[in-house]
Amino acid sequence: MAEHGLNIRNLTITAPSASGEIGIVHNLSFSVGRGIVALVGESGSGKSTTARAVLGLNPEQFRVTADRFSFDGEDLLDLSEKRWRSVRGRMIALMPQDPKTALNPSHTIGRQVEETLLLHGTSSRSDRRLQALDMLRRVGLTDAERVHASYPAQMSGGMAQRAMIAAMLVSRPKLLVADEPTSALDREAQAVVLSLLSEFSRDLGMGLLLISHDLALVSRFAERVIVMRAGRIEEELAATALDDARSTYTQSLWRARPSAETYGQRLPVMDE
Amino acid sequence: MSAVSSLTQHSPVRRLLRKPALVIGTAIVAITVVVALFAPVIAPFDPYAQDTAIRLMPPDAIHWLGTDAFGRDLLSRLLYGTRPTLLLVLLVIVFMAPAGVVIGIVAGYFGGITERVLMRVTDVVMSFPRLLLAFAFVSLLGAGIFNGGLALALTLWPAYARQARTETARMRASDYLAASEMLGIPGWRLLLFHVLPMVLPSATVRVALDLSGIIIAAAGLGFLGLGVKPPAAEWGSMVAEGTQVVFDQWWIAAAPGAAIFILSLGFNLVADGLRDLMDPRHG
Amino acid sequence: MTRTPAVEINGLNVSFGGTDKRFTAVRDASLRVEEGKTFGLIGPSGCGKTTVLRALAGLNTRWHGSMRLFGEPVQPGQKLSGNIRSRVQMVFQDPYASLHPRHKIGRSLGEPLAIHGASDIDGEVIAALAQVGLTPDMAGRYPHQLSGGQRQRVAIARALIPRPDLLLLDEPTSALDVSVQAGILNLLSDLKQQRGMTFVLVSHDPGVVGHMCDEAAVMAAGEVVARLDRDGIDARYAAGT
Repeated sequence: MAEHGLNIRNLTITAPSASGEIGIVHNLSFSVGRGIVALVGESGSGKSTTARAVLGLNPEQFRVTADRFSFDGEDLLDLSEKRWRSVRGRMIALMPQDPKTALNPSHTIGRQVEETLLLHGTSSRSDRRLQALDMLRRVGLTDAERVHASYPAQMSGGMAQRAMIAAMLVSRPKLLVADEPTSALDREAQAVVLSLLSEFSRDLGMGLLLISHDLALVSRFAERVIVMRAGRIEEELAATALDDARSTYTQSLWRARPSAETYGQRLPVMDE
Repeated sequence: MSAVSSLTQHSPVRRLLRKPALVIGTAIVAITVVVALFAPVIAPFDPYAQDTAIRLMPPDAIHWLGTDAFGRDLLSRLLYGTRPTLLLVLLVIVFMAPAGVVIGIVAGYFGGITERVLMRVTDVVMSFPRLLLAFAFVSLLGAGIFNGGLALALTLWPAYARQARTETARMRASDYLAASEMLGIPGWRLLLFHVLPMVLPSATVRVALDLSGIIIAAAGLGFLGLGVKPPAAEWGSMVAEGTQVVFDQWWIAAAPGAAIFILSLGFNLVADGLRDLMDPRHG
Repeated sequence: MTRTPAVEINGLNVSFGGTDKRFTAVRDASLRVEEGKTFGLIGPSGCGKTTVLRALAGLNTRWHGSMRLFGEPVQPGQKLSGNIRSRVQMVFQDPYASLHPRHKIGRSLGEPLAIHGASDIDGEVIAALAQVGLTPDMAGRYPHQLSGGQRQRVAIARALIPRPDLLLLDEPTSALDVSVQAGILNLLSDLKQQRGMTFVLVSHDPGVVGHMCDEAAVMAAGEVVARLDRDGIDARYAAGT
């Protein structure tokens, strides 16, 4: 096989507007193999548009061009909608922003976890059940039999989150795209979800593209951090190297984080 | 930034002109109003003058739309017919829509027991069958466009109340009423200047939509003989008179029928256009 | 002799719903906030911290227990009134939802100014904008023409109009970008220093609480489960957690 994972070279995305084409993303190049890569930026940086492009979810009017835009050697640039549907879910999955509303309240957890398997061709009913139960246990729902038969409303918020993650990962996607996966959650729940995801990324050899505005949160889980600003990559660096970032923009983002250490001090603010 | 300001700097007139449906609708309604106001000036003949020598005449150079079974000029009767129709429209705009909006806002703003009482009353009124109530009114108070129209209008306000309540309650849940309250802005000011302007656009659209329905319902009353008394010109009763000779002199029924259709369409176009115009996404 | 605390609540209980399906959002909470301090209310979503704040603001009056603001008792079932009402103001989480979408900024600021007896409204609107770092031309704009940070600055300017002594902050930066958040937090610290206000800050962000608060109470499932002084905050929210 030629190459592994997501490879992007010179990705440019433009959108039509009243005053002509507007560039949203300019000449983006990065790759995601195994492990966690974080795409970090503030609102308007183009990070979400990039994430949606990886899943073929941008509006039709958006123009996507790139020198290379492929996953496991398969070109993603001119996929038909039908082909996209088979790529999404099996190869590349999207993590919903709000895990609590992502489950259908009128179906059992078991049915929702198995649905992905059914869509992707696991035909034997008992196989599906076994895989679903296995995945529920792996996300920490030890009483998997009972969870399998329950409805979302019968579970606590935390359990529903885990069930949602099980439903997403049961088809073993090779890349998971998580766009602000925890912005609807409070800090404690955020940590739980992200540690679960990073655990799976390690265990299943799955790539994880984490989209977030929260540099502090991301730095604790990602291996590499790509900082975006106004549609361009400002800097790509190892998460451990954030303290000595080269770009002044990254530095100011990093140092603008409030924390117990900055008590009583002014936070550095960027000049616009 | 320049994109934002250039969008907002278009004058209201130019925005209006980009909506042909709204322009056509407004023109129809405006012409109707002018005709109603100046009917005696515009109408070529007395709408009540009978002349049996020229009854059931087809359209010609003198009587543009011909004459009816009593030899009355059809065009003049049609022009005078705008008057009862618009009177009804006025009744709805002046009394019923405001009543509904006020009830809805008060219910949504105060909530609790106030809301429950007001909304149950609204539900009860809403459950009255509109035309049956109109029949009852007419048989109690006597035939007449005002009595029939009153019944129609009385059954209309609950829809406004419900809509206004929903919108007010949604606003109540967002923080700006709480923020304003904490700043000491008195409740009546909040209702009048903060809540009301948010509720008015959708109520206005509903008025326009309802009016086209009201015009048709009123014509229905007239057609059944429950509207104005015989000599007076009213579109519904004119259609009814025309149906007796519809196979030989079809235009007698067709002319008022077309008038009803066009005015109703006019209000519909206005409603559609207003909805587009007031939708913030088109802002 | 001790100074009168800005906030003193004892055995606060707040519940929602009718008699059959009652949900207790806050159970037996007691807090004391000294004047001039920044007091944090921390906890996961649904722990009751915002409910406590709304009770303090007089926005929810269906509570039981005892509450004193600047030594004056507040009765349940009544909105804040008189002197106390203007001494207590609040900044909300979503800066878009707390400004009237169809009112220009100048009107949103001018209306309360007029009510609090300003004579030169235009001049005071400009002054109010200036103190939160905004230019006078903002007065002519609608909220949707402003960025999130600018909107939150307007909301803060508005809350400061009655010259409050106690500012209640409900997740004031959770809807904002990190760099914008830094500016707002700096602004709040500056204003507090200039005016000697007391803050009660609700947040689930340990970074914000660690940065801002002199004292804090941790809430979980409607109850206060821990009280932290500054050393306690340092210990609990040290780097990375």
